[in-house]
Amino acid sequence: MSEYISDVIGGSKSLLVGLSITAREFFKPVVTEQYPWVVPEMTERFRGHIELIRDEKTGKPKCIVCGMCMRSCPSGCISLAGKKPEGEKKKALTKYHLDFTTCSLCGTCIESCNFGAIQFSNEYNLASTRKEDYIFDLLKRLEEQG
Amino acid sequence: MDTNIWRPILYLIGFMAFAGINAAYLGWCERKGAGRIQRRTGPMEVGFQGLLQPLADGLKLMSKQLLVPDGVDSILFRVAPILAMIPALTSMAVIPFAGNVQARAVELSVLLIFALASIGMMAVLLGGWASGNKYSLISAARSVSQNLAYEIPMLVTVITIVMLTGSMNLEEIAAAQQGGFWNWNIFPVASHSLAQAIIMPVSFIIFFICSVAETNRAPFDMAEAESELIAGHMTEYGSMGFGLFMMGEYLNMVVGACLITILFLGGWDGPLGLSGGIWWFLVKIYLLLFTVIWVRWTYPRTQIYKLLNLSWKILIPFSLVNLLLTAAFIKVF
Amino acid sequence: MSVPVQCRHDETFVLNLGPQHPATHGVLRVKLTMDGEYIVKAEPVLGYIHRMHEKMAEDGNFAQFMPNTARMDYLHALAYNHGYCLAVERAAGIEVPERAEYIRVITVEMNRLTSHLLWWAAFLLDLGGFSPLLYAFDDREQILDLLERITGSRLTYCYFRFGGVYNDIDDEFIAGTYAFIKRLRSRLPRLYHDLVTGNIILIKRLKGIGMLSKEQARRYGCTGPVARGSGINYDVRKNEPYSVYPEFDFDVPVYNECDSMARYMVRMDEIEQSMRIIEQALDKLPDGPVRAKVPKILKPAAGDYWASVETARGNLGHRLVCDGKKNPYKLKLRSPTFSNLSCFGEVAEGMLLADALAFMGSLDLVIPEIDR
Repeated sequence: MSEYISDVIGGSKSLLVGLSITAREFFKPVVTEQYPWVVPEMTERFRGHIELIRDEKTGKPKCIVCGMCMRSCPSGCISLAGKKPEGEKKKALTKYHLDFTTCSLCGTCIESCNFGAIQFSNEYNLASTRKEDYIFDLLKRLEEQG
Repeated sequence: MDTNIWRPILYLIGFMAFAGINAAYLGWCERKGAGRIQRRTGPMEVGFQGLLQPLADGLKLMSKQLLVPDGVDSILFRVAPILAMIPALTSMAVIPFAGNVQARAVELSVLLIFALASIGMMAVLLGGWASGNKYSLISAARSVSQNLAYEIPMLVTVITIVMLTGSMNLEEIAAAQQGGFWNWNIFPVASHSLAQAIIMPVSFIIFFICSVAETNRAPFDMAEAESELIAGHMTEYGSMGFGLFMMGEYLNMVVGACLITILFLGGWDGPLGLSGGIWWFLVKIYLLLFTVIWVRWTYPRTQIYKLLNLSWKILIPFSLVNLLLTAAFIKVF
Repeated sequence: MSVPVQCRHDETFVLNLGPQHPATHGVLRVKLTMDGEYIVKAEPVLGYIHRMHEKMAEDGNFAQFMPNTARMDYLHALAYNHGYCLAVERAAGIEVPERAEYIRVITVEMNRLTSHLLWWAAFLLDLGGFSPLLYAFDDREQILDLLERITGSRLTYCYFRFGGVYNDIDDEFIAGTYAFIKRLRSRLPRLYHDLVTGNIILIKRLKGIGMLSKEQARRYGCTGPVARGSGINYDVRKNEPYSVYPEFDFDVPVYNECDSMARYMVRMDEIEQSMRIIEQALDKLPDGPVRAKVPKILKPAAGDYWASVETARGNLGHRLVCDGKKNPYKLKLRSPTFSNLSCFGEVAEGMLLADALAFMGSLDLVIPEIDR
């Protein structure tokens, strides 16, 4: 019987405490952001898809087409090609495709690169209804960034 | 037919519009209220502060196909959502919003409203049974046991009010409470004895809990129980069938709030002896509706046998004791 | 509440709970034989999200399996990172610098906080309370922001490397973490305990429900908060210490009630213990490198290696068999949730559907971890 009474009284009290807490939360300011109107800043180390880095001296990509990133990638999502232009010693990049549908943003490619030619981008606003949109031509992207 | 035929028709149209607007906009209020409690904004995109959201939702629901799955009882499946709406709408006809603002004055209006409320339960039962879905069936069974358990304390509490007023007419019950909150049935210190005033708040709380349970609202939403029964009786419904169930739920809330206001909070009477009017009635029902929304977003759901325990072990004994004490006080004083 | 169910077999029906059901948190399917609302027999059916992670480990070299580890238990991804690194480091005999060990402990414990907060939120959602979900997410977002600052990801981290971590932590992270712990400490008593733990509805739904006895917990190999809620004092961080855990002063919460409430309380106490560990680790954080020199292609000596760590759900074991080549010969994972789920069938017998779902929620299941 005493348990019954303490249940009724203690229970009612806990319910009132609950109501008072949610009532106080009701008058506090909102903590969410209205996403498409307010765009969050990504931190410096944010891992978006990878991008090529430009060599400041030549204006060309730093990549020397060694293919280490391609070999180290666990999901095989990088494919690249290059050829030696007439009269030059080093190979130049002609194609650098990233299949972002299978990329898991682990950073193995960036670590495997001995020349610091790739880095994570800050791109996160990615949405599409077609799979083909996620096969990125990173070389073209670099040229467009100009 | 002592009055002109046009009066009930005009009032009915007015109350239907009132009911429709409430059914649509309580959903918006609920989403906004839940948002604020959880420190979100709630709907914001459609119209200013998302005010056109109910319209957009309604259009979306109406433009969808009314899908009747294979293996359902197709007649009952279609009837159930309508049955969820009609009793609540009909109840509006006898509710006095202010003195003489009532579509149809019925002598036994209390009885009528409770009879209609029981039909509302049939909607869940039929919808759940006709869906041919095991989750819906469990929900139907739950809803019946829940409604049976909660109608008893509710009716017993109403009997105390009827005994105090000596009438089963809602308008007369409200009229008997005019003249300031000390006359209201929640704390009738002036109109009745002090002893009576002490037990009436308990009756009020019992009635409030029962009406939340009767309208299948959280924390008593055993029939809906989205994390266990995946919306229970509404699982198989889409488009306006689902829409009618939702609107029925909100309308039942409105009717419940109106009933509490009339039975306990003096109807259209202004507190502190201020002159009464329909405004006070509306203020009271919206405060009650807000409380129901607030409760929903605070507590976790109860468990079905805990719910029945609450009714049979706590609410029914308390309401019976209240009834006996009230009878004794009326006899003594 | 164990009610002896007496039923005639022609009156039962089979209810498929899942693979798409809001309370199974993913693609678990439980075949329930029901008598009314009582469960007569419960049989979990697994395999809906089997992705052959163990086979994938054999295909690539050691480093290439790293991103997969985070995709098994996505709620405590860093512990999986840690477990795998530990196994490979033991195999290859790599020494980890002390600062890296501290950073590992800090980030793993922060990730444990996110996991427990999310469990709390999802558990309340199973019980029908919606607002606590968003309060917990508010706090969880703060940790995710901090972890994103240093690891670059918010959920499926790939932050640990053999012999250290990917990159160092900075002062802003340290200050932010101290501030966060202060914030969570001030919010825990009100928003978590007053609103939920003390609530009569919650207490009535959890006390005495889902009794998993000590003997049953042992028999099924339950670990983590599930075992500690049944009175088994076992925590890998204390019993088989790894990394720098022996240097911290923390308690292992153990409850003897064996019910859902005990498992709930264990996790709530663990949140506080994790905050204590993080604080101590930040106070003692040594200077130095965060990564040892490790060859790019590892070729550990042939042998059989074992490493277990304590994730938010229990004992995670990695058994690594090497044959001297650059890829593992075999990697076998012992995932805690698999054992924790195994007891469901026995315990759920005779329970009501809603109670069984509350019990399932208190086990803290992460389905991709079970199926791998």
